[in-house]
Amino acid sequence: MENKRTCLYDKHEALGALIQPFGGFDMPIQYSTIVEEHNAVRHDCGVFDVSHMGEVLVGGKDAERFVNVVFTNDVKDMPEGKILYGMMCFPDGGVVDDLLVYKLRGGRFLLVINAANIDKDWAWIQQQAEGYDLALEHLSDHYGELAVQGPNSEAVMEEVLGIPCRELTFYTFKTLGEVIVSRTGYTGEDGFEIYAEPAYIRQCWDRLLASGRCKPCGLGCRDTLRFEVGLPLYGDELSADISPIMAGLSMFVKLDKPDFIGREALARQKAEGVSRKLVGIELRDKAIPRHGYTVLREGQPIGEVTTGYHTISTDKSVCMALIDAGQATLGNEVEIQIRKKTFPGVVCKRKFYDKHYRK
Amino acid sequence: MAKVMEGLRYSESHEYVRVEGNYGFVGITDYAQHALGNVVYVDMPEVGDEVTAGEEFGAVESVKAASDLISPVSGTVVGVNEALEDEPELVNKDAFENWIIKVELSDASELDALMDAKAYTDYTEKL
Repeated sequence: MENKRTCLYDKHEALGALIQPFGGFDMPIQYSTIVEEHNAVRHDCGVFDVSHMGEVLVGGKDAERFVNVVFTNDVKDMPEGKILYGMMCFPDGGVVDDLLVYKLRGGRFLLVINAANIDKDWAWIQQQAEGYDLALEHLSDHYGELAVQGPNSEAVMEEVLGIPCRELTFYTFKTLGEVIVSRTGYTGEDGFEIYAEPAYIRQCWDRLLASGRCKPCGLGCRDTLRFEVGLPLYGDELSADISPIMAGLSMFVKLDKPDFIGREALARQKAEGVSRKLVGIELRDKAIPRHGYTVLREGQPIGEVTTGYHTISTDKSVCMALIDAGQATLGNEVEIQIRKKTFPGVVCKRKFYDKHYRK
Repeated sequence: MAKVMEGLRYSESHEYVRVEGNYGFVGITDYAQHALGNVVYVDMPEVGDEVTAGEEFGAVESVKAASDLISPVSGTVVGVNEALEDEPELVNKDAFENWIIKVELSDASELDALMDAKAYTDYTEKL
């Protein structure tokens, strides 16, 4: 099947971006270099085309009750303009997807889901919807999305795009007509995301680039940025086999809610402990642990690397890895098999660089 | 536009060998460093290791991924470019200046199977 293209595809091509498939889309990986783009977001401002993300609108009389059944975080009495992060889980606690939930006017919710999971999520949501009084709309093709990220993003949003946003606090949004602007992102820096119809997204993109105050950034640095601050990526740190409890994301799982899909399994994992845990590992050497490489303890396999890099911001070879819970203590000495050799490393926190959110 | 240097021999997997007497200096081409992007680590063999033409002898890692290094020649590693241990980005700065290993060639006739600068230029233009 042919990959989909976002509403900015022609602009990426014209900029000479390296384009590769991601989540069923042909997406820009880098325009200049990952290092340059990464540093632009850490220290100045960058813009990402994230129009591949999916959107599902949940309205109707039972919207709140329904979202609270499929979503691990708690949307009961959530104020309009607020956003919550959480997961949709299978009954066994495995993850269907991780997502953001925006509380709109009129008791409606916008679910923002991963590109690679759009079809699966939409089918899952429809399947669970039986018996509820809902108005479900799949809007992935209707919305384009930009992420403007970095310490200077507020000034760029206001001065280049003319979108006042200094009053927005972290994980809140406002609507300007049909446009949604939120203080969210996936980089560990202050930043904003804009959801709108393609024509408006294209206009914003052009103005941002013409201003010279915002560097176009590809998915390459989106991954290095989110990794450094310990944010999970579905498919690496979360999956049908990796529950939010294993991934250390219990704070987004509200076990005190009356009921939601996966609750029983997740409550059991929380109470009895999990067999595997997501940890950070820092290597002494410069060799780079990559997704799928084996983690060992005294020569015996104890788990696998989920994401690894030589970090751009801190110049260290580090990874996140899913390992036997018994070995997941901070300071534990492990090895990672990298090609023919094993390299010593130490279990550490999953966060390799501090987040700089404006709250 | 990627540079190609006259006088070197090239492999389809984008390694070059610069021959001096019975020794070959092996590295990756300018085309390869462009394609890889920022090089952050070079995994090199040790002096004394044997390498075989067509077989992997290490890896070059960019931010995003690891790429195997395939030796264009056979022989004994008599030197590794230690500067790359601390500054792997030298490969991006000048891939031809910054060779990776120095090999004492065991079979100079293997060089005939490799491309010259013109053939390699044609080869990369078709990719």
